[in-house]
Amino acid sequence: MKIPFSYTFRNLWTRKLTTLLTAGGMALVVFVFATVLMLEEGLRKTLVETGSYDNVVLIRRSAQTEVQSAIDRSQAALIESQPEVAFGADGERLVSKETIVLVNLIKRDSDKPTNVMVRGVAPRGLTLRPQVKIVEGRMFRPGASEIVAGRNAAQRFKGAGIGETLWFGQREWLVVGTFDAGKTGFDSEIWGDADQLMQAFRRPVYSALLVKLNDPAQFNAYQARLEGDQRLTIQAKRETTFYAEQSEMLANFIRYLGLTLSIIFSVGAVIGAMITMYASVASRTAEIGTLRALGFRQRSVMAAFMFEAVMLGLVGGCVGLFLASFMQFFTISTMNWQSFSELAFSFTLTPGIAVKTLAFALIMGIVGGFLPAMRAAQLPIIDALRAA
Amino acid sequence: MYYLKLIVRNALRHKLRTGLTVLGIVVAILAFGLLRTVVDAWYHGSEAASKSRLITRNSISLVFSMPLTYSSKIRQIDGVKAVSYANWFGGVYVTEKNFFPQFAVQASTYFDLYPEYLVPPEQMRDFQRDRKGALVGRKLVEAYGFKIGDQVSLRGTIFPGNWEFVVRGIYDGAEPKTDTSQFFFQWDYLNETMKRTVPRRANSVGVYIISLASADRAAEVAAAVDREFKNSLAETLTETEQAFQLGFVSMTEAIVVAIKIVSFLVIFIIMAVMANTMAMTVRERMAEYATLKALGFGPGHLTLLIFGESLAIAGFGSALGIALTFPVAEKFGHSMGTLFPVFYVNAETLYMQAAAGVIVGAVAALLPCVRAAHIRIVDGLRSVG
Repeated sequence: MKIPFSYTFRNLWTRKLTTLLTAGGMALVVFVFATVLMLEEGLRKTLVETGSYDNVVLIRRSAQTEVQSAIDRSQAALIESQPEVAFGADGERLVSKETIVLVNLIKRDSDKPTNVMVRGVAPRGLTLRPQVKIVEGRMFRPGASEIVAGRNAAQRFKGAGIGETLWFGQREWLVVGTFDAGKTGFDSEIWGDADQLMQAFRRPVYSALLVKLNDPAQFNAYQARLEGDQRLTIQAKRETTFYAEQSEMLANFIRYLGLTLSIIFSVGAVIGAMITMYASVASRTAEIGTLRALGFRQRSVMAAFMFEAVMLGLVGGCVGLFLASFMQFFTISTMNWQSFSELAFSFTLTPGIAVKTLAFALIMGIVGGFLPAMRAAQLPIIDALRAA
Repeated sequence: MYYLKLIVRNALRHKLRTGLTVLGIVVAILAFGLLRTVVDAWYHGSEAASKSRLITRNSISLVFSMPLTYSSKIRQIDGVKAVSYANWFGGVYVTEKNFFPQFAVQASTYFDLYPEYLVPPEQMRDFQRDRKGALVGRKLVEAYGFKIGDQVSLRGTIFPGNWEFVVRGIYDGAEPKTDTSQFFFQWDYLNETMKRTVPRRANSVGVYIISLASADRAAEVAAAVDREFKNSLAETLTETEQAFQLGFVSMTEAIVVAIKIVSFLVIFIIMAVMANTMAMTVRERMAEYATLKALGFGPGHLTLLIFGESLAIAGFGSALGIALTFPVAEKFGHSMGTLFPVFYVNAETLYMQAAAGVIVGAVAALLPCVRAAHIRIVDGLRSVG
């Protein structure tokens, strides 16, 4: 026979302060755990979804980022003229020859400098990236010293807002528009005309090429031929792979740091739950004896105490998750070590994370409650009854 | 003395509970100390920076270089004692996981500006004589087992190609905060190779390092340098070495802030655990407190007993946690290899750990004390734990 659930709830309710403190400690641990998962997910969403599957990024062999890379015009022409490259509606090849540099800009909120990616794109750059849309103002005119800023960049950096100007490469650049790239990495970038930027920076070479393929399945053939070509010193990657690799180090750092912290912290919370449950058992010895004398089995007593611990975990888990859900309003911006440029991403809560978080909370409850529940179940009836 | 005995006896009444609480505090204080040390490690570059050195870089960003000719122009500026230059190399040693900073440096002047890198004179001479020579830090020697005479091959990411070096010397740090995880080689080697392979990138310098005649003139000299190159193709930005290093920290500030917040969260978590322990202890002993009160002991005595017990448990746990911080930090620093070039526990961290322990003990005793002090004797005698 089972011990009614109401017995458990009333026990928790009677020791309000203890219940509150134990669940509160767990809630903080759960909060940290959920926040880390949300941050990792946000970073993944931002960088992994930056690329599209049928685009190919080409950079110089052994370069790790677009900024380090250089591809000269004759190589670019070769890459462009391959049969796998798709044609646009106007009969032109869908290739964006881009120059990418880092520019030091000042943050609006803290007045501190940071590196921002400035991307010179061909007019076709937008066709290749359908997720990028101008939301305010207009696109830059080819041949003019005009730039457009991603939504995050416009908000965070001095001089990147619409109508403002930036000074670099001996020129004043007018910001004529803001674009929204659907929360991808491009939102932290500033775009201008590739030819104008190359002039300003005195760079005779492109940094990277973005190519759209007729058919994504042709990627392997395209890659093998280009990388095997003696005249070329380049490497080809799918755009999705390229951006996933760009965030690898930062994502790993967040994951390892976060998981280490969660494990260390959960030790504290589990100890808290254990102390509470041991005390709960000790103060109810006579009660347990009575329950056993009434005919409740060992396993029923065990189940009742386990259930109490699990409830503590659940309350902590729900509170922690509730608090963590507010983190979605925040955007974090930090330097991505690999690309050496500022990247903004937000905490993202998914159903999967919610399930993982609650499971983590329940496990903490179970681990903390197991030993005390064992003790409760194994109390000898006679001694327990005498304890009062 | 009598109180002390009572407090210790009380604390040891529930050995299991006290043991678990102490364990929790040890873990929390240890985690707190490690997190603070990680934050300190983040700032090591600016801590170790000298006040009498300036760094000049291209004003657009570090990705852009400056012409070699700036060197002689900077030297002419009043207040400049010496000039050297360096390029960030960013090569890969075997795999990308083996990260350590590599700089191509002007071999005959660079180390005069950095007296904190200690190199035996004969090794320095060997290094300067060998175009492919390299100087490596003690920490790199520990991590990768480099020996003098070793061939080291780096795959260039910024400067294409495979680059061969010969280790000619090993440098030590003058102080524990000196970064000894760097790899230096001759700027001339880089430049001569670039002249051959990518001529348009030859004769370009990443950063100029300026040694000042007097540290007081830093702002004035920095402005003079930048004025010299105003309206040129490569305008410059000159700042003190410390500001330059802090610029890097501020780029990853969000991470530092997050670690700081989390380090306080762990204290909150343990505070909840400790407060719970004390709340339970006091609830169970209500009848005793009522008895003490009936015997004539005032609320002050009860408060002293409860505070004492709480502080004793928290203090013991904290002391253990602080003691453990040193070996664990040492191990952690080692396993992180060159990721944190400088990793040691600051005195400030210890004070903060101790303070956290005392605060946890005091806060945990607060509510139980109020309860015990205010309980009426009749209710207390009746109460069942």
